[in-house]
Amino acid sequence: MIRNGHLIDPAAGVDAPKDILLKDGHVAEIAAPGKLKPIDGAEVIDAAGLTVTPGLIDIHVHLREPGQGYKETIATGTAAAAAGGFTAVAAMPNTVPVNDSIEVTRWMLAPERGAAIRVYPIAAATRGSKGEILNDFAALKSAGVVAVTDDGYPILKDSVMRETLAAAARVGLSVIQHAEDTRMTTGASMNAGPVAFKLGLRGMPPEAESSIVERDIRLVTELHDARVHLHVAHASTAAAVASVRQARRNGLRVTCEVAPHHFLLTEESVGQYDTNAKMNPPLRAAADRDAMIEAILDGVVDAIATDHAPHATHEKEVEFEHAPNGITGLETALGLCLRWLHKEWKMPLGRVLSLLSAQPAAVLGLKGRGTLIVGSFADVLVFDPKAEWTYRAHQGRSKAHNTPFDGWTMHGKVRWTISEGRVAYTSQN
Amino acid sequence: MNATSPVARRQLHFPAVAASRFPYHRGSLLSVQDLTLEDVSHILARATALEDQDPLMRDRILAKRRVALLFYESSTRTRTSFELAAKSLGADTTLVSSLSSSIEKGETLKDTGLTLRALGAEAIILRHNASGAPWLLEDVTRLPVLNAGDGMHEHPTQALLDLRTILAHLRTGSESVSETTLAGVTVTIVGDILHSRVARSNMLLLPRLGAQVILCGPKELLPDLAANAGPGIAIERNFEVALRQSQAVMMLRIQAERLAGMQLDLEQYKVDYQLTGLRLETQAPTAVVLHPGPIIRGLELTAGVADGTQSAILEQVRNGVAIRMAVVERALLPREGGRA
Repeated sequence: MIRNGHLIDPAAGVDAPKDILLKDGHVAEIAAPGKLKPIDGAEVIDAAGLTVTPGLIDIHVHLREPGQGYKETIATGTAAAAAGGFTAVAAMPNTVPVNDSIEVTRWMLAPERGAAIRVYPIAAATRGSKGEILNDFAALKSAGVVAVTDDGYPILKDSVMRETLAAAARVGLSVIQHAEDTRMTTGASMNAGPVAFKLGLRGMPPEAESSIVERDIRLVTELHDARVHLHVAHASTAAAVASVRQARRNGLRVTCEVAPHHFLLTEESVGQYDTNAKMNPPLRAAADRDAMIEAILDGVVDAIATDHAPHATHEKEVEFEHAPNGITGLETALGLCLRWLHKEWKMPLGRVLSLLSAQPAAVLGLKGRGTLIVGSFADVLVFDPKAEWTYRAHQGRSKAHNTPFDGWTMHGKVRWTISEGRVAYTSQN
Repeated sequence: MNATSPVARRQLHFPAVAASRFPYHRGSLLSVQDLTLEDVSHILARATALEDQDPLMRDRILAKRRVALLFYESSTRTRTSFELAAKSLGADTTLVSSLSSSIEKGETLKDTGLTLRALGAEAIILRHNASGAPWLLEDVTRLPVLNAGDGMHEHPTQALLDLRTILAHLRTGSESVSETTLAGVTVTIVGDILHSRVARSNMLLLPRLGAQVILCGPKELLPDLAANAGPGIAIERNFEVALRQSQAVMMLRIQAERLAGMQLDLEQYKVDYQLTGLRLETQAPTAVVLHPGPIIRGLELTAGVADGTQSAILEQVRNGVAIRMAVVERALLPREGGRA
């Protein structure tokens, strides 16, 4: 039982003091403070002064298992997620081997992996994520997959992407596209522009992203099938979100997510070849970064997703061009969103939380998640909205420390993360 | 973004970009941007003083000090002149090149740098095919690092020796430089600017002394945004027009090894941008011709121009030894040779 807290459940339209009773992994009852009958033996969490909200959902993480446990494991990645307030994550398939089979999917979902919270596997759209031969989406879905993507790579060929969209729609799966025309990004390691020129680095032009988004939207339009759902992963350019905005106006089922680093940082953060500012898509120009904020504020963006991409320290301690792409994000997302979207840019708290829970759940159709209405999963985040703290990457739960946010001030401290009724994380200070 | 967008209205504040992870070692030379004009003057003066000094006295300056040359790319001029420079100051040098070392076996730059430091290296001269590699090496070893060319990024000693050459021709070898030393001088850099670390270092250094830098080349090798790299940089795609204004012209080699699949019509390139005797005679009959080498005769310039009276190409090579003596000295004797 969680008592004395302030419940914000955007999907249910609740923003009021409430007590909550969790039972058998689900939400059993919600009532005004003091109205719930105490139950013998039930654990009671006193949430006085704290905010209670649906557990956060990250629909774009790399948990690195199978195959790359030295970077992160499902156990450490989900522990980091729980510490960051997340109760569900969707795991990208660029593992070793690529998750393009029910065997890998089942292996990831096995209890032996030690997941602290719910993991939803996303499968590769094509065999080996090679962009050629479609996988068996129906079989993958029955094994527990919630979407398909070749993330890390785009599905470049028009014919393959069209087939992927159509086949996924038939079985009710979303298609997530890593929008990058790799023909424009050969050898590139940051955003194209004056900064890349000065640093002597090859650049990825914004058009490499936006042209694929435009192509994909054209394919969705041509398919004339309301079941088709295209989700644009880690949108980073003004042109890409403008396309999504237009597609939505045209009534298409096209959604997108933005990562915190893309609404906070620019290519200037590469500084003197800081490999913790290297990711794909890259940090962009200030105008693109501003367009991400605008798109978040005006509702075009459906979800904040971290693209949590852990790497071992030694992998990032190399020449910038040789360093792998990606940064961690699970333990900083809430603190950054509250500090910047809510406090600095005055986005209502409920809307910020919705972008981190209700809306991502809706994007992937995760039933019973992202809300705390009676009957839904007992996935709860209890946090202190007033707490400010300094993030120290080395104190995190993730195996990896590759983040540009080390030492940053965060707002909102996670006090309890409850996953299906079990406490997955707690911090008592 | 238009003025009525919510973002513009709200006057957003953003987190400050983290400050540089360094101060670097005072003796390092990673970028020409790290040098004050005082530093430049000092290096130029020491280059001349060391060049003029009795070799038997000179080799006591860094007697038995250990300097490592770490080369991930082939090099003739830079490697040899750094080596000769260090040796003529009395230092012991050792060369590690990527093709005859454990780098071939997969040893990282970090581990190679730490190994050299453990072997007693007091400074490392690094040539690397990845832009920014010297920053990494400096970060992990905390030794003075001299950038002998990093990827497409910078080649600071080349810019300094080019400056010395230009000063010898246009300013009678002046050594004390200021913001106006090269006022009224136009230097045109021609060719493969995009892939050139020599171009970047020069375009960032020469305008600080008052020079105007004109970049000249086709779009594929010279993007428009190059003009934004710093003040005093302009783009002129017509070679004749650029030449006519120039007191110095710096020809660059087309870097086939960095073209990354780019298709370039070399015949057309020669028509538009090859420095021929006729072009030089009609457009810039008194300009000094520079080239960082290696030159490809018959491509970016004709053999006649390379060997002609306006060519300062071999002078540049000689200046390379003098400049590198000064920066190696500065690396190991920061109090005497370093910045004030």
